[in-house]
Amino acid sequence: MSLITDVAVKDPSLTVEGLTMRFGGLLAIDNLSLVAGQQQITAIIGPNGAGKTTLFNCLTGFYKPSAGKLTFHAPEGDIRLEKMDGFKVASKAKVVRTFQNIRLFPKMTLLENLIVAQHNALMKASGYTVLGLFGWPGYRSAEKEAVDRARYWLDQCGMLALADEEAGNLPYGAQRRVEIARAMCAGPRLLCLDEPAAGLNPTESQELNKLLFRIRDRERIGILLIEHDMSVIMQVSDRIYVIDHGKRIAAGTPEEIRNDPVVIKAYLGEEEHEELPPEVLADVGGELGAHHD
Amino acid sequence: MTDTTAPELRKTLDIGKILKDAAISAVVALFLAVPLLGLETFDAGGKLGVRTRWMWVVIAIACVFFGKLLMNVWLSLRPVKTKAKVVNEASVRRGQIIIKALSFAMLLFALTLPALPFSDRWWIDNGITVLIYIMLGWGLNIVVGLAGLLDLGYVAFYAVGAYSYALLSTAYDVSFWLVLPVAGIMAGIFGILLGFPTLRLRGDYLAIVTLGFGEIIRIVLLNWVSLTKGPAGIGSIPRPTFFGFPFGRTVPEGQVAFHQLFGIEYNPEHRLIFLYFLILALALMTNWLVLRLRKLPIGRAWEALREDEIACKSLGINPTNTKLTAFAIGAMLGGFAGAFFAAKQAFVSPESFSFIESATILAIVVLGGMGSQFGVVIAATVLVMLPELGRDFGDHRMLIFGLAMILIMVWRPQGFMSHREPTLRLNSGKGA
Repeated sequence: MSLITDVAVKDPSLTVEGLTMRFGGLLAIDNLSLVAGQQQITAIIGPNGAGKTTLFNCLTGFYKPSAGKLTFHAPEGDIRLEKMDGFKVASKAKVVRTFQNIRLFPKMTLLENLIVAQHNALMKASGYTVLGLFGWPGYRSAEKEAVDRARYWLDQCGMLALADEEAGNLPYGAQRRVEIARAMCAGPRLLCLDEPAAGLNPTESQELNKLLFRIRDRERIGILLIEHDMSVIMQVSDRIYVIDHGKRIAAGTPEEIRNDPVVIKAYLGEEEHEELPPEVLADVGGELGAHHD
Repeated sequence: MTDTTAPELRKTLDIGKILKDAAISAVVALFLAVPLLGLETFDAGGKLGVRTRWMWVVIAIACVFFGKLLMNVWLSLRPVKTKAKVVNEASVRRGQIIIKALSFAMLLFALTLPALPFSDRWWIDNGITVLIYIMLGWGLNIVVGLAGLLDLGYVAFYAVGAYSYALLSTAYDVSFWLVLPVAGIMAGIFGILLGFPTLRLRGDYLAIVTLGFGEIIRIVLLNWVSLTKGPAGIGSIPRPTFFGFPFGRTVPEGQVAFHQLFGIEYNPEHRLIFLYFLILALALMTNWLVLRLRKLPIGRAWEALREDEIACKSLGINPTNTKLTAFAIGAMLGGFAGAFFAAKQAFVSPESFSFIESATILAIVVLGGMGSQFGVVIAATVLVMLPELGRDFGDHRMLIFGLAMILIMVWRPQGFMSHREPTLRLNSGKGA
């Protein structure tokens, strides 16, 4: 099963080939390859420390990979992400990410957070500040458009009424949704979400699923998703990659992954496998398979 | 006392603990009071004699003991305030209206100050000093308050501006109005020069480098004697003219003096009043610029950078450019103020640009409340005028100044104005 080829993804948006990331003696990612489809939700799962967030950091320019190719297939031609400065991955390739530990601008309001996400477009519209300083009409209309886009995405994540609240005052779940809305305001062509369901209650988790579908189907962009919450993974993913110790150990549809013995072993660890009582094993198997529908 | 207090208060009033606390304070006071108050040195016929003053020690310890006792009783008996997490929308609005009214009153006061009946040389002179610091505070507010880059060497840009004017006007006889933008641009370039090596630094590390930068500029000014005349400073710097009409009783052949232009009696205060309005105009321009920049994408990017640099990068904001513009524009405003300072003093020397100036400007920004324009005005006025008004206290002047600073920070740890007004609102009509 783990040798499954990526022929299954016909229309790739992102291709990762032979990605290797070494921190001194630690091999965080080991010759990893994967493909994310256009307008598909591709999930990456794996135990803690498997290298999922490291993969995201390589993709979005926060780390320079030790080896490998990261290709984003943009309409205007292929873009090699590993050769780009951190901020250019978002501004040029338009691959935008969120963070495992939420990184909103806490002292700024939700609206301001979403406006800052549209910085580059607004900067250009303000004539790199010079024209904007004198209230140039072109800038004013651009700002109005930016506010409208922010309003739309605040509405989509159900936060419109709190638009003028400071982001830091919001509850955890709301901050998660706002972070996704903010990423959407940056106009992504591939959205990378790092554990968007962490710390959400079941209702919030369901709302998140809806939001992800809406982004995929209405905005027509691909989503790359790191997640631990199986209720999210099994329901929303079009395709799942399982990573352990920086290596890809399985790939396939949710059904294929759910029944993959390699995956279950990776989640439990090999040695513990023998020692664990059967009810725990059943529990984990049940969790992986809980959303068989 | 215990019988009359309300039952829920009795729980919190622990007599034993309060007495113990007061006793500990008294012991500390004892150790401090014996050497400080208990012993007095005097001149005993050419030799040093020591007298004891035990009564003073007893009084000091008694003051500390009972003072601490009363304070603790008051603290445990006072009604506990529940910290209101939700800020009352109406009270915030009311506060904003008050600030608006106050700002307007202050502006009116500043505009009419020279014409007010009580105003004299002292008022105008101190008004100019306060306005210079307000302008510097507003300039530094961009770097520290908005972009969150702790800059301990801001005075360097003030110095660059001042020396730009001093050198250009003495060497090439260029007018103030021409040098003013040049001084700003020079300071801005130095801002970028400082910005580049510090791009990766934040917080304490950035503070150390900027501190060093401020000192480098001062030491270069001190040692580059062939250019700056070193510690002797540059004197007889031409004063700014009233758009080409100089102030002075007698003017060179072919020029018209200010008082001749208007056909009024010569008065040496004319120049001072003109300088006052000049710095007022410069400060108001700075205020306009900073308020405007804050509502533009660049200003929001500065604030976002202060909040979270990594998030900025993930949204495609170039942190290098954002930081450098903050440094450059902040430095430019410092340069303008420096040029004005040189023109007003007609003399510059490295002495005027020591670290204490940077510290004062930073104190103005922090005391005012990071990022608040109105707070800077209050803080600059307090910081400049407090030592000035304290002159009657002689040697105790700086002691009182320090005490006032401590009290202000205890009373308002976030600065005078800690409320941050959003740069734009969606539901603007709501709650008004």
